[in-house]
Amino acid sequence: MKKGMTWLAAMAVCVTLAAPAQAADPIKIGVQGAQSGDLASYGVPSLNAVKIVVDEANAKGGLLGRTIEVVAQDDQCKPEMATNAATKLISDKVDAVVGPICSGPTKASLPMFQEAALIAVSPTATTPGLTEDGKNPLFFRTVANDNAQASLTSDFMLNNLKVKKVAYLHDNGDYGKGFADKNREIMEKGGTETVLFEAVTPDAVDFSAVVRKLRRAKPDIIVFGGYQPVASKLLQQMRRDNLKTPLIGPDGVKDETFLKMTGKDSEGTYASYPKDTSTLPEYKKAREAHIKAFGSEPGFGYYNAYAAAQCLLAAMEKAGSTDTAKIKDVLRENQVDTPLGKLSFNAKGDAAGMGLSIYQVKDGKFVELDHSIVLE
Amino acid sequence: MDIQFFIELFFGGLTRGSIYALIALGYTLVYGIIELINFAHGEIYMLGAFTALLVAGVLGVYGFPAGGILIVAALAAIVWCAAYGYTLEKVAYKPLRGAPRLSPLISAIGMSIFLQNYVLLAQTADFVPFPNLLPEMEFLDHIGNVMGPSDFLILMVSTLAMLALSLFIRYTRMGKAMRATAQNRKMALLLGINADRIISLTFIIGSSLAALGGVLIASHMGQVNFGIGFLAGLKAFTAAVLGGIGSIPGAMLGGLVLGLAESFTTGYFSGNYEDMLAFAILILILIFRPDGILGKAKVQKV
Repeated sequence: MKKGMTWLAAMAVCVTLAAPAQAADPIKIGVQGAQSGDLASYGVPSLNAVKIVVDEANAKGGLLGRTIEVVAQDDQCKPEMATNAATKLISDKVDAVVGPICSGPTKASLPMFQEAALIAVSPTATTPGLTEDGKNPLFFRTVANDNAQASLTSDFMLNNLKVKKVAYLHDNGDYGKGFADKNREIMEKGGTETVLFEAVTPDAVDFSAVVRKLRRAKPDIIVFGGYQPVASKLLQQMRRDNLKTPLIGPDGVKDETFLKMTGKDSEGTYASYPKDTSTLPEYKKAREAHIKAFGSEPGFGYYNAYAAAQCLLAAMEKAGSTDTAKIKDVLRENQVDTPLGKLSFNAKGDAAGMGLSIYQVKDGKFVELDHSIVLE
Repeated sequence: MDIQFFIELFFGGLTRGSIYALIALGYTLVYGIIELINFAHGEIYMLGAFTALLVAGVLGVYGFPAGGILIVAALAAIVWCAAYGYTLEKVAYKPLRGAPRLSPLISAIGMSIFLQNYVLLAQTADFVPFPNLLPEMEFLDHIGNVMGPSDFLILMVSTLAMLALSLFIRYTRMGKAMRATAQNRKMALLLGINADRIISLTFIIGSSLAALGGVLIASHMGQVNFGIGFLAGLKAFTAAVLGGIGSIPGAMLGGLVLGLAESFTTGYFSGNYEDMLAFAILILILIFRPDGILGKAKVQKV
């Protein structure tokens, strides 16, 4: 009996040792995100994007002489399911991960990926803290973090609009308050006066008290942090109560529904949003590939995930290996043509080379203004 | 102190308070008759807003004048929600009339969740724009932004509605029967009052007022969503308790006090404290004056 065990163990060692030598083993790219549940529409486009990029690479003969395989894990964008999904990806021995999709699960999964020495490239997690210096050295993302938008909007207000008195309203959420806080920080450094900084209750029966307070504070501009429904309610009530001050918001405001809700009240409203790259050849190619494969327009985060997969595969190719330590450095230096522009990553892991622009509502449409920044 | 600002906040608070008062009347009427907190009442208010939206949408297609559309839409909402209130009582509360007091309460919460999800499925989860049907009122321009057309409309309509209700309760046969039932149901029965009819009537009146509140707020805020009934219902309930639940003038007063308190808190302190204040008031009232401002302490007979 004991002899049998030893023999088994010896065999196991042999198999493990032999594994890396087999060149035919596929390279595994893990994809973690919401593939079912109520946030599936945020996660499925990312999985589609990785599949398309991988299929294309395989059609050209694979990578480093090996084929590439996609390993999908569903976390439904729930932090409590994310650790399970991450564990499964790690035990499946994936070589790198595209994902997670949402900020909460990313926060939960990252420590596990770090420990397993796996690179994770998230297409859509925007919470600034994820790329704090040195905390997650193997984390990258192909999306602008929430602070980047505030840098752009405050720069625009200081240099183009030359405002002096600013009012800030937010919905008290991470995203909304974060945007308002960061704007305030930069604007006050730039010498503007904060005349109002306040939260609104999203479900309130009406906003008249806040609007009257705004009117009294006489700001040159109103910075709004939050999403479209509150922004449109607030704007409608402002315009009805004869307050004509312009409003500026983050990408949560640049939404077709916002225009539909507010009608002509929205004229002149500013919002920041990724630069329009739909004229780039890579963008057109990615879009056509999706239409060909799935018969529909790509959904949320598709181009970001497409770029993430491209950067990852390009880094492996240049490094000539799937070894984390090697591709980590290449990711930072390598510039890759993606649907979002020529991308690389900065020292923190945030995408460099992506553009953000200011948009303004003109004649019922968001029009891209000639004011943008390229992230570094 | 800035008098202009104070006056602006005062009228803003009145507007909001009138809406709370309209909804609170439904809570108080029902409680007065059958001692039940109808937690599905906020959803009736939301249904009122949606009904007006649909009717206004249809009439808008045929090109009726805006003011006319608003009146027809409001009437349709009132009739439709009265039917909902009537049915709600028959389906969810009447079968439980002899049951322990907790059962109809749970049934009420169940109905509230049911109605929310029903509208969510039938309509959409998104906010839907409500057309601006208010005429321009030039005389309002002269009073320095104190109130807009929708504030004016809300104040006028809700005052008229509350006046009509008070007169109805005070002087009509039905109103007297309602008061008698509220005072002592058994005695009223002995005197030949049909209690079932009175209870149905209570639900119909309460729902009509809530529907009116829904239409007014929809034209004020310019958008509607399946979830708007929840917080508004909770605030109105607070207002009813604040004024003394079961008391009709109490509900009106409670609504106005709560609206003003919220408006001044936001105006002079911060909007962060708006909801906290409403429920802090509720807790304080329950501790120090459980019967509300105008409520009467009940003598428990042995």
